[in-house]
Amino acid sequence: MVTQKTVATTGNLFVAEAIRQALPDVIPVYPITPQTTVVEEIAKFAANGRIDAEYVAVESEHSAMSAAIGASAAGVRVVTATASQGLALMWEELYIASGMRLPIVMFNANRALSAPINIHCDHSDIMGARDTGWLILFAETAQEAYDNTLVSFRIAEHPDVLLPVMTTADGFITTHTVDRADTLDDETARAFVGKYKPTHALLDFDNPVSHGAFAGLGGPYFEFKQQQRRAIDGSLGIIKEIIAEYSAISGRPFDVVEGWGMEDADVAIVVIGSTAGNVRHVARRLRAQGIKAGVLKIRVFRPFPTAGIRDALKGAKAVAVLDRSDSPGAEGGPLYFEVKSALYDLDHRVPVVNYVYGLGGSDVRTELIERVYKDLGDIASGAIGPFDMTYLGCR
Amino acid sequence: MKWDISRVNVWGAEEFPHGAVIPEAGNSVYYKVSGWRSQRPCRDEEACTQCLLCWAYCPDSSVVVKNGEVVGFDYDHCKGCGICAVECPVNRKFGRSAIEMVSGGSDLPEPGLGDANGTPAGAAAAISEVG
Repeated sequence: MVTQKTVATTGNLFVAEAIRQALPDVIPVYPITPQTTVVEEIAKFAANGRIDAEYVAVESEHSAMSAAIGASAAGVRVVTATASQGLALMWEELYIASGMRLPIVMFNANRALSAPINIHCDHSDIMGARDTGWLILFAETAQEAYDNTLVSFRIAEHPDVLLPVMTTADGFITTHTVDRADTLDDETARAFVGKYKPTHALLDFDNPVSHGAFAGLGGPYFEFKQQQRRAIDGSLGIIKEIIAEYSAISGRPFDVVEGWGMEDADVAIVVIGSTAGNVRHVARRLRAQGIKAGVLKIRVFRPFPTAGIRDALKGAKAVAVLDRSDSPGAEGGPLYFEVKSALYDLDHRVPVVNYVYGLGGSDVRTELIERVYKDLGDIASGAIGPFDMTYLGCR
Repeated sequence: MKWDISRVNVWGAEEFPHGAVIPEAGNSVYYKVSGWRSQRPCRDEEACTQCLLCWAYCPDSSVVVKNGEVVGFDYDHCKGCGICAVECPVNRKFGRSAIEMVSGGSDLPEPGLGDANGTPAGAAAAISEVG
């Protein structure tokens, strides 16, 4: 029987709980703000015998991901966690993990990158990893962070996926504020995640294999990359199936993209992560005033749910994409490109504008969201035309 | 080799094992790397004390030992790194070490080539013994 416990704690501790319930075998990890309390909690689980895993205190994130790759190739379930500069330090290994098709699960506490030094939320770190071949999930709340973490193991280890997954939550906003969430009982969570069955384990002495082969000098590197591309493209349907199975158990239905008021929205904001709540709050107030406001939250960013986004936005008169990171020198932020590109094949043009907001934890106040909806109203009515990327609320 | 890779050059992306895994052990023996070599080791059988340091140090298991004695080199897999020649100790009786790197690269040496290049006498014989 499924029993759930309602708990009030931080997003990070909910993530640590999901990691404990998933029964990982090896956890090579290095602490970094704002992910540290995940590491501390897992270390406590290991020290107190609440988790039967090899906890490896490594000397850097470069080592953390290297050890994760080695352990995963050996054929066990591996999980790690990082943030910001730590994720940046893992950069070369991220590609190796996905290229070797190793189903590592990693939690990232989304945080700004230096300089100037800053420890607060934005998506510069995670967006820097968007082309690494990892699947990327975003959480708005602690509940979503917990649920996303549990499903990540199933997605990564699915035999038709076999790719690493990053499950993320916004630094401090979601990782450190105390939130209410329901957790599954251990037995249910473990039964859902299941046992990991590696296909080519280095430690399977009866079926010896080599990992990390060379595929250059005219070798099949290109073919391996296509194989990887097909796997991540094909993972979208598998993710939906796994989410549906999880939703049936947990009673918390969710999807790769989630719309609020999108059925008839004239003005819509596309957003990822914790800010979705602020945007919904404003949209709800505007609806009460008769403005058809909608919110489209992207929960799975890689693979990018292009069709779902196109479908949700096709009827809007004006769309704003909120980017919590920038691509300096480009037309706008990374989410903007992908949303705008998804809309290109529509028969009619939906005006799309881009706001970069909240860098380095800069406050996202409701009046800023109101301003965005007001701009969209002006575009929808024809009072103004679409404009270039704007730093929202920056002095 | 159990794993049939005879058509590897025309395989489509889905025919390769995931993640460039090689699902069979020990098959690198079929991969000949003599073309990587710019120099090859030559051994003077007279000066060789059979200390086996070359065998111990060779990173590619390309020093061939039979009945506890070095008999030559596996030139299909020797990449010409020269570690054996560096580690080979000087034989005080001869005033030189037994292994020397000589030009010649990837091709197996012709009989007498070693002598023409001023290599230690007997090297060609040792090489031909291994074939």
